Amino acid sequence: MKELVEVIAKALVDNPDAVVVNEICGEQSVIIELKVAPEDMGKVIGKQGRIARAIRTVVKAAAIKANKRVIVEII
Amino acid sequence: MRKWVEATGKTVENAIENGLKMLGVSKDKVEVEIIDKGSKGVFGLIGARPAKVKLIIKKDYEAIAKTFLRDVLDKMGLKCEIQIKDEDDILKINLVGPKMSVLIGHKGETLDALQYLLSLVINKDNEVNEFKKVLLDTQNYRKKREEALIKLANRLAYKVKRYNKSITLEPMNPYERRIIHSALQNHPDVITYSIGEEPFRRVVIDLKNKEA
Repeated sequence: MKELVEVIAKALVDNPDAVVVNEICGEQSVIIELKVAPEDMGKVIGKQGRIARAIRTVVKAAAIKANKRVIVEII
Repeated sequence: MRKWVEATGKTVENAIENGLKMLGVSKDKVEVEIIDKGSKGVFGLIGARPAKVKLIIKKDYEAIAKTFLRDVLDKMGLKCEIQIKDEDDILKINLVGPKMSVLIGHKGETLDALQYLLSLVINKDNEVNEFKKVLLDTQNYRKKREEALIKLANRLAYKVKRYNKSITLEPMNPYERRIIHSALQNHPDVITYSIGEEPFRRVVIDLKNKEA
């Protein structure tokens, strides 16, 4: 799940090296923290959070198989 | 950002040939811009100018799309074949494999999200005027959804006419709203329009002549 967020984020930003993804596992849910370079924030959030929403939708679909709730946070 | 060269030659063809040699690619991989057609001059002596062209290497959308999708699908644990064709300036991608329902999601929501991300990735660094459209599909979902929406549109149009009341549909994306609008475009009794703001914009089907 962590790698999925990483792959998508790296493809979107201008500084792929600055992308950092952390995974915090709970019992039923997983929190994924995505960090990017400050100038790339817009590239992963988008107008009205449209890109962020698309990332969450794709990750959610992947999580169905693992039977887990995944929360993607951009910090 | 894009790779390009300027080349000269006796004629435009010559110049293009020279440029292709410099880049080491075939002609279908570049865009040609003619800067100067050149001139033979009088008796090939006075005022002769060589032809000058600019060759810009085309972005390989198919390769970018394929790499991105392969990466994402791998990480999602989905094995499938990626079929890509470039048709009418739209990159049409079809995914073939088992468990594709996961990829479509509720009302195509996942498929749309992935398509949106993909369009961002392949249009990265592009100018506004060279935006490349992509259409992501699997198991003929787009076609089936289109048929379902056209059926729905016709059924609701009948209801509007029968009960003399307008009907507001659920929120849809622009692509789906367009299908509804065009399905009822030439309907004798109803008109359609949209209300609300994205992403909650909805189609309204209303009577054409309210008094009647």
